[in-house]
Order: sequence, then structure tokens, then C-alpha cells
Amino acid sequence: MPVKRLFLLLSLLTLLQFGFAQPKTKEIAKPVPVVDFQGLKPFLSKDNDTVYVVNFWATWCAPCVVEIPYFENINKEFGSGKVKVLLVSLDFPNHYDTRLIPFISGKNIQSSVVMLDDPNSNFWINEVDASWSGAIPATLIYKGNNRRFFEKVMTTEELKSNILSLLSK
Amino acid sequence: MKRFLFTLMLVAAAVAAVFGQGYRIGDKAIDFSLKNVDGKMVSMADYSDAKGFVVIFSCNHCPYVMAYEDRMIEIHNLYASKGFPVIAINSNDPSAQPQDSYENMIERARDKKFPFAYLFDEGQKIYPIYGAMRTPHVFLLNKQNDDLIVEYIGAIDDNYKDASAVKEPFLKNAIEALLAGNKPPVSETKAIGCTIKVK
Repeated sequence: MPVKRLFLLLSLLTLLQFGFAQPKTKEIAKPVPVVDFQGLKPFLSKDNDTVYVVNFWATWCAPCVVEIPYFENINKEFGSGKVKVLLVSLDFPNHYDTRLIPFISGKNIQSSVVMLDDPNSNFWINEVDASWSGAIPATLIYKGNNRRFFEKVMTTEELKSNILSLLSK
Repeated sequence: MKRFLFTLMLVAAAVAAVFGQGYRIGDKAIDFSLKNVDGKMVSMADYSDAKGFVVIFSCNHCPYVMAYEDRMIEIHNLYASKGFPVIAINSNDPSAQPQDSYENMIERARDKKFPFAYLFDEGQKIYPIYGAMRTPHVFLLNKQNDDLIVEYIGAIDDNYKDASAVKEPFLKNAIEALLAGNKPPVSETKAIGCTIKVK
């Protein structure tokens, strides 16, 4: 299927971007790649000196939407250094065009965004973190083997202090 | 020895505190008396013929709940007559999530023609005792003598998107097992859901 292939290509492109470089140009609406858990997994266990901030959210989740600006703050302040922010949308695939893309472009989200479309959450929730009940928002902050998981709304200060303490490790 | 036992108790209490408040498999669940969408108070003790209950922490607004409402209805229609009725409970604080007000529950129950009780956990007293973390969150209870034993906690099945693509209907399998006098093949599962809204 060509659409699927396009998604795959876009997924690879954005994931590469997440892995290696931040966007230099300010695109208004960058396409959001759609991945299954196998596609997301490599970005939950990178072993280098970068701190990865991975937030699980959805446009329909009110507390998630509240904290998105905090992640944007982090991306703005640290994104050019050894901190990478990835917003993993758990929006329903049929809301991709009607909700997710308008949200990303409407709020001019600059952090990397992917959509995780993998219904077998009973499997992958534990893979992200065994303590996760499955409620969102949830955030994984890690550097190498130092992993911190939060099943709650984070503040900019909490994000910052965790990032700084991981950066110093 | 005494000191050892005491230490052990302390450790057990600490573990219980860390892993929460909330039921584990095999725990005895408490009954409740909560207001149904028809205005009447409902307790599990009211269901004299029940062999157990499918208690589902639910709400009006959550898209994951909406994706599962038809399946909740189906499960009630399949199993209420066999002794396992669904009881849905909305524990969200309407001041934090106005869509989850009692009035909106009445409307949702009417629109979807819920065949099961849909109760309002006013004051949010019940969900912390059960340890519900999200909506929908299922607690399958089995009556043993006068106790309600928690036999399954978690998701309805393994595919929120598409009921026809479900590979493992966790909840149905668990109920079928109890009906056959067995333990559920899988007793705990996880799923993405909405947090229980607290002010």
C-alpha cells in the first residue's frame, strides 16, 4: 500500500531526525510519522550521552495538553544540546487528519512528534515501564541505563531538574 | 524471632504502601452504595442471583471508554443472565472534568441504552480502595460464600480500536473461566486509558 509506505518513509525520516538532529527550519506543519511499538522501541533505549524525554500524550487528554508547553519549553531550552524531546501521540489513527495535525500546526509544536498506532498495549506498556498502569500523561526520561518514569503531569521545573541531574551523570 | 516478624510486617506494610492502595488478585472487594443513573442507590448486595460482578471504572468523556462502550454492553448482555452483570462506575470529579457530571451520565446512559447500572462515585471514595488508575479499568469479582474475590484486573481485550481484530478477549476469557469453576488464564492486563480526574 502506497500510503503505508509513505508513512514508513516519513516515520524513518522523523525518527532519524529525533535520533541525530533537530530541525533547523521552523516548519509550520510537519507530517507526523505513524509507528507501531517495534518502530518506537529503538528510541526508548538509546545508549549514548544524550538525555531522551519521551512523553506519551493525546490531543483528547486534557492534562496532557496542559503539559505540552512544558515539553516545548524543554525542547527550546535544551533541544540544541544533548537533550531530545519526543512527543508520542496516542491519538486514534482516524483522528490523524482531524485532530492531531491541526493541533500540531495550530500550536506550532516544534518538538518531534510521532503517532504510536499499536493496539496491543497490554504488551508494550510494560516494555516502556513495568510500573506504568497505562494512564496518560506519562513520561520517560532517560540517559543510557538511568531511567525515570512518571505517570503524572510534569511541570517545567520537574522536567528540568530531572534532565539536569541525568545530564550530570 | 519476634523482632524478625515485626520487621517483616513493616516491610510488608511498606511494600503495600509503595504498590498502592488498591486491590491485588485474591483480595476481598468491598461493596458500595452509589447512585445509579435512574436515581436509585445500587449495591452489589442487591443482586441476589449474581455469581460475581464485572466492575468497570468508566466515565463519559474518555475516548477509550467510548471505544469500549458497545463491548461493555455486549459483555453485560452475554453474562448478566449467567450471573456476571456489568456495573460501571464513574469516579471522575465533575469539577475537574465537567463532561463527567451525574447529569451527563444520565444522558450518556440514555443515548447508549446502557443495560447495566452506571453509578456515580460521588466524593471519589470507591476508586482509591479498588485501586482504579484509569478508565476503562475492569475489576472482575467472584462471589465465594459471602465474599467478593478479585479474580481479574485490567483491560477488556487487546484491541481498543477494532473489536473484530481482538486476538485475546481477556475479560470474556476470565468470566468463562470463572463460570467453568477455573481461575482466569490471565489475571492482570494493562491498557492505555484516561486518568481518573481529581481536582
